[in-house]
Amino acid sequence: MFFTYLRRELRRRRKAALVVASGLALGIALVIVVTSVSSGMGKAQDKVLQSLYGLGTDMTVTKAAAPTAASSDRPRFRFDARESGDDSEQSSDRVMVQGFQTLAASTVAEVSEQKGVRGAVGGLSLQVIKVSGQFTRGQFQQNGTGGRQGGPGQNGGSGAPQGEVQGGGADFDVNSYSVYGTDVTRPALGPLTSSKITSGRTFRTTETAAKVAVADSAYAKEKKLKAGSTVTVKGVKFTVIGVATADSGDAAADLYIPLKQAQTLADAAGKVTTIYVQATDSKKIDSVKSAIRKNVPGTTVTTSADLADTVSGSLSTASSLATSVGRWLSVAVLVAAFLVAGLLTSSAVSRRVREFGTLKALGWKSGRVTRQVVGEAMVNGLLGGALGIALGLAGAYAVTAVSPTLQAQLGGGSGGSGGPGGGFAGPGRQAAAKTLDVALTAPVSVTTVAIAVGLAVAGGLTAGAFGGWRASRLRPADALRRVE
Amino acid sequence: MYELRGVTKRYTRGKETVHALDGVDLTIADGDRLVIQGPTGGGKSTLLQMLGGLDRPTSGEVVLDGTDLARLPEARLTRVRSENIGFVFQSFNLIPTLTAQENVETALVPLGVQVKERRERAAEALRSVGLGERLGHLPSEMSGGQQQRVAIARALVKQPKVLLADEPTGNLDEGMRDEIMDVLETLWMERGLTFIMVTHDSAIARKAPRLATIRKGRLTLTERAAP
Repeated sequence: MFFTYLRRELRRRRKAALVVASGLALGIALVIVVTSVSSGMGKAQDKVLQSLYGLGTDMTVTKAAAPTAASSDRPRFRFDARESGDDSEQSSDRVMVQGFQTLAASTVAEVSEQKGVRGAVGGLSLQVIKVSGQFTRGQFQQNGTGGRQGGPGQNGGSGAPQGEVQGGGADFDVNSYSVYGTDVTRPALGPLTSSKITSGRTFRTTETAAKVAVADSAYAKEKKLKAGSTVTVKGVKFTVIGVATADSGDAAADLYIPLKQAQTLADAAGKVTTIYVQATDSKKIDSVKSAIRKNVPGTTVTTSADLADTVSGSLSTASSLATSVGRWLSVAVLVAAFLVAGLLTSSAVSRRVREFGTLKALGWKSGRVTRQVVGEAMVNGLLGGALGIALGLAGAYAVTAVSPTLQAQLGGGSGGSGGPGGGFAGPGRQAAAKTLDVALTAPVSVTTVAIAVGLAVAGGLTAGAFGGWRASRLRPADALRRVE
Repeated sequence: MYELRGVTKRYTRGKETVHALDGVDLTIADGDRLVIQGPTGGGKSTLLQMLGGLDRPTSGEVVLDGTDLARLPEARLTRVRSENIGFVFQSFNLIPTLTAQENVETALVPLGVQVKERRERAAEALRSVGLGERLGHLPSEMSGGQQQRVAIARALVKQPKVLLADEPTGNLDEGMRDEIMDVLETLWMERGLTFIMVTHDSAIARKAPRLATIRKGRLTLTERAAP
């Protein structure tokens, strides 16, 4: 009788049932789309962050760069001017530690010993500036008479011969690129993990002292490097053994070389700039961070969460919209849908006063009448849930199909990673903002669908509670009196 | 057997207190047939609701077979209604979405009768009121008289001790009225149940062996010799 009665009543009031189900469906669909888009935002953000610190790294330990000192810290290049007609090239390169102050290599061991740390590995970030070209003296031409050679600035002064410098000058090329010294004995951690070897091979764990390098694909393309090519850094020749392509965005460095080689090049033996840390449990990252900050003083510990705060651009805006406006909109629509469902169910009970009064007069208990009302509301809710899930899946599919491109800016203006210590950002990216394009997807998880089903049940129960409460309070005499 | 002692029912309508029943005393023996008559608002339906356990008096006792319905907990009162009392309403009060057979079955649901037996008994009850061919029809597919027959079948399918009818012919034309009255009288005689009916119809009232007239909540009983 329960199901027969329920089925017939729903069929009789199919318009009202459709309104209730549609309202719930809209709310549930919104929840699915917002949740899946939020999840997609999270994944996009993870992808952005992963491009910076690579897989497996939970945090980095650095030491903030000291305030820029005077000109003594800036690289100086000195070239002697060659005689006119001498077109031989002069070249000089400077290798500087980039971005951070160096940490003693012993700090890596110190960090490794902290509770909750599974592994730590050091890296040295370098910036190489190479100046090469020609610099020739000009010819001093004395007025009217023969000439006299002189360097720049020597054509004036009282009592000096009158004349002018002709010819001479400089033709220099400045080449700046980043080099990263990586601990080849621990390939599972470090910035190279965010790239894939697309040509050649990566370092062998035994190549700690080998003069080998892995080139980033963009840099390799620019310099026409391939596996087997040779690059010279500060006069040291390195054989390119492989080309790596960043998973997304820019690579951490233009060239990767063994840590020991990088330390030698930069005269920074036993020094590192960044320590990559992996925690034993991703849920304990905060406690590990606290432990390192406490026990390894003077360092800056940056987690992926810290870095995530520095993400700006349309990804950040969309993410904020999804988490704030989207979430509240979903909640508002759901609450409205629940209320409408409840009120419509309650109103339906009002219209069925005679019916329920009669059933109670026949001996139906209040509980049985209430169950009937709740049952009808539940079916409406489940109908709305099914419709909402279908709508939500379609919406999420549409978002994934369109895949709108979002821009993510890291560091720079947002003031996060650009601050003291910088954080995860690999070599060459601490100071400048980094912009990445990320395609947005909206993956729907089983949990999201489960939430939708839960909401449908909750919607049905809420509506049923409204109607059931009214039905249970109905006294048969009042019900019959009102309609006779 | 019913025994009503000093039954009073007051309720408020706005600022006014209405005395629907005012100290009603009445005894109705098993198998009796009582007709209740009176002007609109006189308290007829209120008295019927007291007898049917649908409402409780403000004071007094409504005793059915030794049990005071006025003091029974709601669950037991519901049980008494489901087992012992059949109702027939002026507006038939059928569930519009259920067929004639299903409507009759609703009276057996609270008794926990199994589906198969429920269907058989409902069909039998409908046959007894001449609707054996209309089992699968919805109320909207039947005439007023047929709908009232379904309501009568629903009231009688559980074989109650008491049948309460609140103006059962009030919504029917004269031909239908006689037909329904014939059905009710036949069933009353066949089954030996107590039959209490509220009516405005003087023609019906005149035929009743016992006539209770209610005016302003007060009851006057008229006994007539059996024809």
